[in-house]
Amino acid sequence: MKFIDEFRNPEIAAKISSEIRRIMPEKRLSIMEVCGGHTVAIFRYGIADLLPENLRLISGPGCPVCVTPNDFIDVAHFISRQKGTIVATFGDMMRVPGSESSLQREKSSGADVRICYSPSEALELAESNPTKRVVFLGIGFETTAPLIASVILSAERKKVRNFSVLSGHKTMPFAMKALLDSRETAIDGFICPGHVSAITGSEMFRFLSRDYHVPCVVSGFEPVDILESIYLIVRQITDGDSRVELQYKRAVRPEGNLRALEMIERVFEPCDSIWRGLGSIANSGLRIRSEYSGFDAAKIFDIPLTEITENPACSCGEIMRGVKTPPDCTLFGKICTPENPVGACMVSSEGACAAWFKYKKVDEI
Amino acid sequence: MSELTGKIVRAHGSGGKLTHELIQSLFVKHFSNRSLDELLDSAILENPGGKIVFTTDSHVVKPLFFPGGDIGKLSVTGTVNDLAVCGATPLYLSCGMIIEEGFEIGVLEKIVVSMKNAAELAGVQIVTGDTKVVEHGAADGIFINTAGIGVQNSKARLSLKSVQNGDVVIVSGWMGDHEAAIIKAREEFNISANIVSDCAPVNRLTQKMVDEISDLRIMRDPTRGGLATTLNEFVWKQPFGIRIEENSVPVRESVRGLCEPLGFDPLYLANEGKIVAIVGKNCAGQALSILKSFSECDSAAIIGEVIDDPKGKVLLRTAIGSDRILDMLTTEQLPRIC
Repeated sequence: MKFIDEFRNPEIAAKISSEIRRIMPEKRLSIMEVCGGHTVAIFRYGIADLLPENLRLISGPGCPVCVTPNDFIDVAHFISRQKGTIVATFGDMMRVPGSESSLQREKSSGADVRICYSPSEALELAESNPTKRVVFLGIGFETTAPLIASVILSAERKKVRNFSVLSGHKTMPFAMKALLDSRETAIDGFICPGHVSAITGSEMFRFLSRDYHVPCVVSGFEPVDILESIYLIVRQITDGDSRVELQYKRAVRPEGNLRALEMIERVFEPCDSIWRGLGSIANSGLRIRSEYSGFDAAKIFDIPLTEITENPACSCGEIMRGVKTPPDCTLFGKICTPENPVGACMVSSEGACAAWFKYKKVDEI
Repeated sequence: MSELTGKIVRAHGSGGKLTHELIQSLFVKHFSNRSLDELLDSAILENPGGKIVFTTDSHVVKPLFFPGGDIGKLSVTGTVNDLAVCGATPLYLSCGMIIEEGFEIGVLEKIVVSMKNAAELAGVQIVTGDTKVVEHGAADGIFINTAGIGVQNSKARLSLKSVQNGDVVIVSGWMGDHEAAIIKAREEFNISANIVSDCAPVNRLTQKMVDEISDLRIMRDPTRGGLATTLNEFVWKQPFGIRIEENSVPVRESVRGLCEPLGFDPLYLANEGKIVAIVGKNCAGQALSILKSFSECDSAAIIGEVIDDPKGKVLLRTAIGSDRILDMLTTEQLPRIC
């Protein structure tokens, strides 16, 4: 397949792999990817198999489902129990356990929960069910935010009054900063998210490389992209350099997608946001501006404050902070499996635990 | 079929006059054979001798009609293929239908005709059946169960116990066509692609394999869960493993094109007209030529081999040359969010 196979070429992969080994310093290096798409590609193509022993890849908080905290899930359950309400969601969210339940369980108890592949389907659902209130669960990063903003604008234009969004959107750069500030894990370089950067632009990460001296490379999703990005990070480290480099030039511009950014800006405003495992991070979320409060499920529904509980043995938080790897968790592969997930990282196919479970490395059998 | 227009009502499943009318003017009309036409409570069948092979499969699919097939064709080939990969000649099928009230009878007839055509192609007779009608909303249009009886070829010695280190793994053609066609036909994603299901009986080719390949160890049809799941079924709790080459697995460009944006892996997509076989190394070339002698199998390929370590696992040599575990499908593949 054109434009794909070139980026999966085994000879090119082997060449980059040997270049990484050639320039690799003796010390141990940890490189974090903060995009679920990268996590899946790294495991699916066995990229770690082609890297030096002392180079460790860590899966950071890049899976939209995984970083969504229990309180958001609990609110979604509350809304799904309201009479005359349809909850529309991305499929992955169905099985995420909240404090007491999951959307799947709510659905089997009679809640009307529909899987949508795109937010615009949720709007269509509202138009075809005028007597119901349709609530879309808006999760994800800068990649999904413009889609949802455009759907809210479209709902306003069409005067669809029974449609709203529960916004759990998050933005990536401040979460990366929080990880560096915590100093819990040594992060020697970031593989920066490709799709997020297509919206935000690669310049978004400049403050990280400048203030924290951490190399940042915006990467594509094919195995050769990721290997090249790792090479660029290692080269910056050996050169004593730290800057933002753009490997994913075929999709990302330094300034980003200005139209999409304008749309986010119009509908959303920054807010503090709770990340599963990372806690509250200042300015790392997006809430719907008051001008569009008619589409804000958090304002429409009288949401009670409830106690949030999480399984204390679940290590999703530490895993997303790079403090633990999935096998370090006592539940991993025993109590927590893709069929019976305890934590969000095992639910989503982009979660570190699910990827680790599915694509276990050969030498870890 | 002028007398059978309109919609299915509850009385069509009541056992009364409408049921009999439906049976006569639809099922008997199209499936007609000596056993069925007698309309006894059970079909009384000749036993041609040999080991009886018996299987059952229930079929639910959305949409009911898709490029390359429909639920009727699928319900016949699914059961025929389960018999075929056990080295049997499929002979008889039953047909149990659960139909939602309000279902168009004209559509039902299309499905029945499709079953008839698929049965003729596979050389089986539909000899007994049952129809139930459930209230509107209690089923998604129509569900079909078929059970099948076949007789095993006396040469068939298919067993995982006979698999040896160094044996080769062969697939009979493009992987993933069926499920990719279904995904496309659901029109849930705005992706343009021309993908046709591979839904077809495989009994002619399995018969030839059993007749001519002396070291045929095992065959299976990689349906739900796809090739990856079938390979894992082969190695589960066995004293051997399998290694396959990702680049050797035949996958159409159109199927890859559908999978890429959704984040799906074609190795987990269902097939409905393909087989995976393990054969002795010396028979690999012969097996490949037998498969390729069937026009629908011109992309048949050797995709890997049996290894003695690690045991019970399937290894995948990825497109970029690294090794990883190829696990069974655990949960449904869902499209990625971003």
